[in-house]
Amino acid sequence: MAAHLAILQVVLPLICAPLIVVMRSAQAGWLTAVAGSAGALAISVELYARTRGGEVISYAIGSWPPPWGIEYRIDAASAFVLVLVSFVAAVVAVYSRRSIAAELPREQHYLFHALFMLCLAGLLGITATGDAFNVFVFLEISSLAAYVLIALGRDRRALMASYQYLIMGTIGATFFVIGVGLLYLMTGTLNLADLASRLPEVEERRSVLAALAFITVGVSLKLALFPLHLWLPNAYAHAPSAVSAFLAATATKVSVYVLLRFYYSVFGAGLVFGALPMEQVLMALSIAAMFAASAVAIFQRDVRRLFAYSSVAQIGYITLGVSLGSESGLTAALVHLFNHAITKGAIFLLLGAIALRAGGVRFDQIAGIGRVMPLTTFGIVLGGLSLIGVPLTAGFVSKWYLVLAVIEQGAWWLAAAVVLSSLLAVVYVWRFVETAYFQEPDANVARLKEAPATLLAPAGILIAAVIYLGLDTSLTVGGATDAAVALFRGWRP
Amino acid sequence: MLDAASHFTYWLTIFLTITGLYIVVASGNLIKKLVGLSIFQTSVYLLYIAPGKLIGGTAPIIAEGFTVYSNPLPHVLILTAIVVGVATLALGLALVVRVREAYGTIEEDEILRQDESPVAAEVAEVAR
Repeated sequence: MAAHLAILQVVLPLICAPLIVVMRSAQAGWLTAVAGSAGALAISVELYARTRGGEVISYAIGSWPPPWGIEYRIDAASAFVLVLVSFVAAVVAVYSRRSIAAELPREQHYLFHALFMLCLAGLLGITATGDAFNVFVFLEISSLAAYVLIALGRDRRALMASYQYLIMGTIGATFFVIGVGLLYLMTGTLNLADLASRLPEVEERRSVLAALAFITVGVSLKLALFPLHLWLPNAYAHAPSAVSAFLAATATKVSVYVLLRFYYSVFGAGLVFGALPMEQVLMALSIAAMFAASAVAIFQRDVRRLFAYSSVAQIGYITLGVSLGSESGLTAALVHLFNHAITKGAIFLLLGAIALRAGGVRFDQIAGIGRVMPLTTFGIVLGGLSLIGVPLTAGFVSKWYLVLAVIEQGAWWLAAAVVLSSLLAVVYVWRFVETAYFQEPDANVARLKEAPATLLAPAGILIAAVIYLGLDTSLTVGGATDAAVALFRGWRP
Repeated sequence: MLDAASHFTYWLTIFLTITGLYIVVASGNLIKKLVGLSIFQTSVYLLYIAPGKLIGGTAPIIAEGFTVYSNPLPHVLILTAIVVGVATLALGLALVVRVREAYGTIEEDEILRQDESPVAAEVAEVAR
C-alpha cells in the first residue's frame, strides 16, 4: 500500500468520479467527493513528509521500468504543489454542497461533484507524473473538466467564458504538445528524467530551442501570463463560486509548476536563461502584469472580476521570481505560489457567500454589506491585506522574500516596482472596503443575514491559514526552499 | 532543393498548423473557429506520426527477413491525442448549442454586442 502512494494520489480522485456518476445521488456524491479529496490530502501530506529530505520517489506504472514505461516521480517540488492542490480541494469540496445547492439545478449536483473530482485528478496527475506526454493527457483531463465546470455558471455569459477558455486552453495545450513532439524527435524519449540526460547531446540544435519556445508559450497560456490572460477574468467571474475559488487557487499554480519542471528539470537553467533571452522576456511580462492588471482591476464594476484581474497581477509576482533565475528567486516564486493560492481561494469562497445572500457581487449590490455580513466582509478584508502584503499576513512573507531575491541581484528599481505595484493593490482593496463599510446599505442589503456556517467554516479555514502562514513560515518557506533546491539540482544525472 | 523536398511532411504539417490557427483567429463564427481548432490539432498528429515511418520499414514484429522497423510509439501517443481532440471538439460543439439557445446567434460579434448593452441582456433575461 505504502509503496503505491504515488499512483494512489491520482487514482483515488479519478475513481471517485465515475463512482459518483453511477450513484446518481447529490448527497452520496458530495460525501464521496469530500472523502476522495480528504484522502488525496492525507496521501499528499505523507508524500511531502517522505520527500523532505531530498528523496525522490519513483513509481513505475505496471512495473514497466522507466524510461520504457510511464514513471511517476515525486520530489520535494511536486509534493509541495500536491499538498497545496489537495488541501484547497478538500476545503472547496466541503464548501461546495451549500454553494451549488443555491446555484445549480438539483439534477446537476452529482455531476458537479464528479467533474470536480476529475479536475482534481487531472491537476494532481500533472504534478505527480514524470512523463512528458502524460503531462499533456492530465492537462487536458483537468482542462476539459474545468471548461464544463465554468459553463455551469448561472449567467449565460458563463457559456461564452467557457468557450473562450476552451479555444485558448486547447491552443495552449496543443502548443505544449508540439514542444513535447519536437523533444521526442530529437531524443527519442518522453520520460522527463531521461530527456534531461539526453538533451545535452543535442541542446545546440535549433529544434530544442523551438521546443522550449513552444512549451513556454503553451504553458504561459494556461498559467495566464500577461498578455495571454484574456480567458481568465470572464472564466473566474461567471463560473459557480466554488469553481472560481478552486480554479483560482490551483489551476494556474499547477501550470506554473509545469513551467518550472520543464525549465529546471528538463532543459536546465543554463539552457533556458543562457541560450534564449527568457530572463528579460519573463521579467518584462511580469512587470507589465503587475502594473497593467492591477490598474485594470481598480476599474472593475464586479468584485469577482476585480479579484480575477488581481490574480493576473499576482501571477506576475510569481513569474518575476522565476525570471530572476536564482535559487532565492525561485524560492520566493514558490512561496508566493502557495500563499497566493490560499489567499485567493479564501477570497473567492467568501465572495461566493456574499453572492449567495446578495444575488451577485457587483459594487452596487454590496454597498454597506459590512454591516449585515460582518464576518464574511472582514474575512475578505483580511484576504485583501494579504494581497497587498501587509505584515502578519501570508502575502507579506512572499513579498518579503521576493524583494530580498531582487535586491540580492542589486536590482533596486525592481524592488521599487514590487512595492509600487502593491500600492495599486491597496487601491482596489480599498474600493471594496469603502463600498462594504462606508456606504449606507440600501433596503435590499439591509435585510440580508450573515452567510451560513456551512460556507463560513471552510472559508474560515483558509483565512486562518492566511494569518497562520503569515506568522509561522516554516511550512511555506521551508517547503519552498526544499522544492527550489530539488528543482535547481534537476534530474540530470 | 532536395532537402526541402525530403522534408515535405514537415511543410505539410506547418501549412496545416498555420491554416488552423488562422481560422481560429480570423473567423467570428463559433463553429468555424472549432473547425480551425480541429485542423490545428490534427496537424500535430502528422508532426508525430510522419517521422515514425521509415522507408522500407515494417510493423515492429520480430520476423525472419525483416530488419528495419517503423516506430510504433507515435501511433499510440496520437491515438490518445485523437481521443483528447474528439472530446474537446464534442465539448466545444455542445457549448455552441447552448450558446445558440441563450443568445440566438453563433456570431461572436453579435454575442459580444448583446452582452455589452444592458437593455438587450434584460430582454433576453425576461424572454427566458
